[in-house]
Amino acid sequence: MTRHSGTRWWIAGQLLPLALLLPTGFGLLGVLLPTFGFHPGLNETGFSLQAINALTGDPSFGQAIWTTLISGLGGAFLSVGAAFGFCASIYHTPWFKRLRAPLSAALALPHVSFAVGFAFLLAPSGFLARLISPEISGWQQPPDFLIVGDPWALCLLIGLALKETLFLVLMIISALGQVRADAMVRTAQSYGYGPVRAFMLIIAPQIYRQIRIPISAVIASSVGSIDLALVLGPSAPPTLAVLVLNWFGDFDLELQFQAAAGASTLLLISLVAIGIWDVLERLTGQLGRLWIWSGRRSGWADIAIAAFGQSVAGLSLFASLLSVLVLLIWSFAGQWQWPEALPMSWSLSHWGSSMAAIIKLSVTTIGLACISTLLALILCLIALEARDKGGRSRPQILPLLPLLLPQASFLFGVTILWSALHWDGSVAIVIWTHLLFVGPYIYLSLHGPFQALDPRSALTARTLGKTRWATFLEVKIPLLFRPIVTAAAIGFSVSVTLYLPTLVAGAGRISTLATETLALASGGDRKTLGVIAISLTVLPFLALLASLGLSDFVATRRKGLLI
Amino acid sequence: MNHQTSGLSLETVSISIESRPLLSNFSLHIRSGEVVTIMGPSGVGKSSLLAFVSGSLRPPFQASGRIDLNGRQLADLPIEQRRVGVIYQDDLLFAHLTIAENLAFALPSKIARRERQERVKAALVDAELPDFGPRDPATLSGGQRARISLMRALLAEPEALLLDEPFSKLDPALRDRMRAFTFERISARALPVLLVTHDPADVEGRLITLS
Repeated sequence: MTRHSGTRWWIAGQLLPLALLLPTGFGLLGVLLPTFGFHPGLNETGFSLQAINALTGDPSFGQAIWTTLISGLGGAFLSVGAAFGFCASIYHTPWFKRLRAPLSAALALPHVSFAVGFAFLLAPSGFLARLISPEISGWQQPPDFLIVGDPWALCLLIGLALKETLFLVLMIISALGQVRADAMVRTAQSYGYGPVRAFMLIIAPQIYRQIRIPISAVIASSVGSIDLALVLGPSAPPTLAVLVLNWFGDFDLELQFQAAAGASTLLLISLVAIGIWDVLERLTGQLGRLWIWSGRRSGWADIAIAAFGQSVAGLSLFASLLSVLVLLIWSFAGQWQWPEALPMSWSLSHWGSSMAAIIKLSVTTIGLACISTLLALILCLIALEARDKGGRSRPQILPLLPLLLPQASFLFGVTILWSALHWDGSVAIVIWTHLLFVGPYIYLSLHGPFQALDPRSALTARTLGKTRWATFLEVKIPLLFRPIVTAAAIGFSVSVTLYLPTLVAGAGRISTLATETLALASGGDRKTLGVIAISLTVLPFLALLASLGLSDFVATRRKGLLI
Repeated sequence: MNHQTSGLSLETVSISIESRPLLSNFSLHIRSGEVVTIMGPSGVGKSSLLAFVSGSLRPPFQASGRIDLNGRQLADLPIEQRRVGVIYQDDLLFAHLTIAENLAFALPSKIARRERQERVKAALVDAELPDFGPRDPATLSGGQRARISLMRALLAEPEALLLDEPFSKLDPALRDRMRAFTFERISARALPVLLVTHDPADVEGRLITLS
């Protein structure tokens, strides 16, 4: 009987990888095959290099590759450096323990809202320009240069670096719990090393393994960034991911092949970038060993990396906060002429006139988020239980795959499958596509707590005659209540923020707050945009607050729940 | 209290946690080469006292008093300027470095590059683990790790050494040998040594009992 239930658990455990990998695999095929001219949907069943020639011959191609590399690699590498620098510089101070709350709040800010708010701040007619005009700047008109959307993609680079730094800081904080970081830093300090150097030489290499996956995810999402790139990136030509989006959406069917070739290139860039990172990481490791043999205790490098990390992380928190403020101001603004720093009058009319739309969009957004989160929770818990052998193991890489690929590199390919099945644009497909991204995040956030469960609790239940299934439902899940609530909040926030997956899987027929925000972002109505973007921003915050409230409520009733 | 320029002096040290006093007006002088053992039940402030001397005492603990090490005032210095070595019950070997690198990490920077290799080799011989340089710390036994940990702390050339329950995690058979090994290596260096323990068998040198 035991063997029988073991097989059943094994099969159940494959549900999560299958649910995530089937569409991802099809998506990659659906992009790679047309790259080489094969596309049965368009009656092309031969192989050719035409698509690749069309892509490389496109006048936008060279510039797009260039800006993709600058913003994607630059943004990702800066954020990794800044995240480590920040943690190293603040780890030994009492501030460090108080970071989680502000970090979680800043992370709950959706990329889309951050992008729009950041653009409102930095644009020539934006908030910062207004603050210094005309008195300091001397500008009587909004200045005539591109800050947001500059042709070198520097604004996009900065936006990406600021948004991803805090995510990596939070990942580092969770990884620190796995090593005896505090005592090791103190030991290195007792040998005369400054705290920053002690962290970089001793702690960073030890926790690096655990944040490799988040770093790869940051590289993939920066290289393939769509939401930030649409708002902050260059436009003529845009970055490669946005070009791919435009080509796929074009009525000219010939462009489908070129788009597929572009998506494959995006995949290639991201894989090469992760490869380059790998080499850099090894070099840094070797450098670290040289440093250890040199025995130098402190130096300018410590000050530089600490200052860099603190300024990027500080700016990131500041920009997130200011973005929300500016969005709020715009949503309640009445008349607001340049260069007034604040609106001349306030008004509720944008909220009033958008209320019907907000409610409709919110219902769709919340519905999609709740269903995909619930499905992801069930699949992840079953997958974790199926693999549980009472010891520690590392997270499986397969369920995380969708996070490690640029979204644009496989999402368009999946649509070929859906349309062949006539499923495209259905709610079920949108939910499944959300699952591709909600699932990995929930899996990552539940993996640690599941491993931390004392195996003896489950063993005791089994010796009392409970089946494995009953033990799972009646012992493990209740013990994991708090991490499950946290994971649910993360999953909900991820789903709410998804732009490209909703757009592509919904075939433009399903609108959420995120897709509406970006649709409005290209127009000129800042007030309505402010209203929708704020509505979008509110949802993850509510989820975060609800999860904290629920966790605290349970914690006061069951003090022994340690995880 | 008479001032002596050599050794470790604690003068009127008081430690409290959230305004509940643990230690008050504690004074102690340890000469260079002398070992002092502090015993007492847990919660009496033994480990907090060591943390105060090493510089790692953190809120909610509060401390006041003077620490004098060979004429230097330590109380306001950061950990890395105190030159006080600490041995904990955990060896705290750095898992990403080899044994040799763990040792090299502690060597003062003033030692020339060529000599560093020699010193590490000598320390490995002294630890009775001459061929262990390239090994991964995870492949060593508890006793071997404890020996490397001690050698590492001594290579940093501290001016005082604090031992915080250093033998309590070793199995009983090993404990006697490690004790002998430790005090042999320390006595060669003529350092003031402060040992905190609640195992009577650990007691070495002068004994102070806190209650």
